[in-house]
Amino acid sequence: MSAANTVNPPVAFTQDELGWVSWIDPLPEAELTERHFAGLVDRSRAKSEYFRLLVRDPEVLEARTKTDKDIFYNVADGLPRAERELAAAATSRYNGCIYCASVHARFASTYSKRRDDVQRLLDEGVGVDLGERWNAVVKASVALAATPIAFGPDNIEELRRAGLDDAEIVDVINGASFFNWANRLMLSLGEPSK
Amino acid sequence: MSTKDIIDTLAGIEPGSALDAIRAKRVQARDNAQKSYLSLFEPIDAGDFSLVERAAVAAFVIGLHGESPVAAFYRDKLAATADGAALLEAIKAEIARGKTSGPYGAYPAGPLSAEDKTGLIYRVSADRKPVLGARLVAALEHAHLLVFRPRDAAAADMKALLAAGWSETGIVTFSQLVAFLSFQVRVVTGLRVLGASLGRTANAVAGA
Repeated sequence: MSAANTVNPPVAFTQDELGWVSWIDPLPEAELTERHFAGLVDRSRAKSEYFRLLVRDPEVLEARTKTDKDIFYNVADGLPRAERELAAAATSRYNGCIYCASVHARFASTYSKRRDDVQRLLDEGVGVDLGERWNAVVKASVALAATPIAFGPDNIEELRRAGLDDAEIVDVINGASFFNWANRLMLSLGEPSK
Repeated sequence: MSTKDIIDTLAGIEPGSALDAIRAKRVQARDNAQKSYLSLFEPIDAGDFSLVERAAVAAFVIGLHGESPVAAFYRDKLAATADGAALLEAIKAEIARGKTSGPYGAYPAGPLSAEDKTGLIYRVSADRKPVLGARLVAALEHAHLLVFRPRDAAAADMKALLAAGWSETGIVTFSQLVAFLSFQVRVVTGLRVLGASLGRTANAVAGA
């Protein structure tokens, strides 16, 4: 077990850069083999405590990382990056993952240039009014994150009315769903630090 | 790929359909969601998390999300696993006891405390502990936490898993499995809802 007594955890949602400290032992960098580096996908991730923990199961990590990259970075068509990041940030805000919300709120701000609106999502929560298109994305993300899942035909209609086509709606579904994966790892294996 | 794409199968996506074409534009995401499934349920080495434990946790996690083709799929998977059939009734009974609505839980003390929301703190029933064994009892209790109140997770929860015989590597794979299923069931649900809406549109056009 890692010593977690040095953590200074954030107590509010923020767009600041946070650290993350694992509650169980990551693999030491010196012990990583080529199998582990394949799991990390990017060798630079060996510097991250989070990825050196997940690389204990390299096959799952590799598949998960490649899923993540395609859902968020493959913007040749479909939803603009800003709104994929908005779906991730809204999901993280609703599930309560301060770390994930900080990263993806920051990306949403960078790509949308709507930093104040993104901050209102963090400060006021997922019920905030951000205009028709963003409201539809946030509402769909939240409906997907609920257990039991509350996503239904009304969410599809709302996304269509806001101008999203079917491929863009699939990107909302993928982005929000993926953060139900990410949030649970970040929240349960360690904690953020300022 | 040795197995048919699970998300397409569970979402009822037919080859050549509109949703198939949209998913084909995210071929890396689609293939790697499938590889995630395979590496969790058909691992090279099940070592720290046995196949029957994986199937039992999956049936429980997806069962907590309510009835769906995904729930039936993982119940069948458990029933087909060596020693799994004997666990199925116990898992079904624990799903019935554990069902609630999430997410809920507490934030670190501070301004977010106003959003703290209480809810069921699930524990396996004493009657079923002998059937499930210490490792699965700890796993189901932790899985329930991850499904409904992940923001309540604490370092002490890791200690509880370690004390029940889970290794650190086993905890990582277990956490990935629960978290992956949280993704998979949502993608399937989302695509089914979208697919149904396309069906309605097509019917409306045909009837016009």
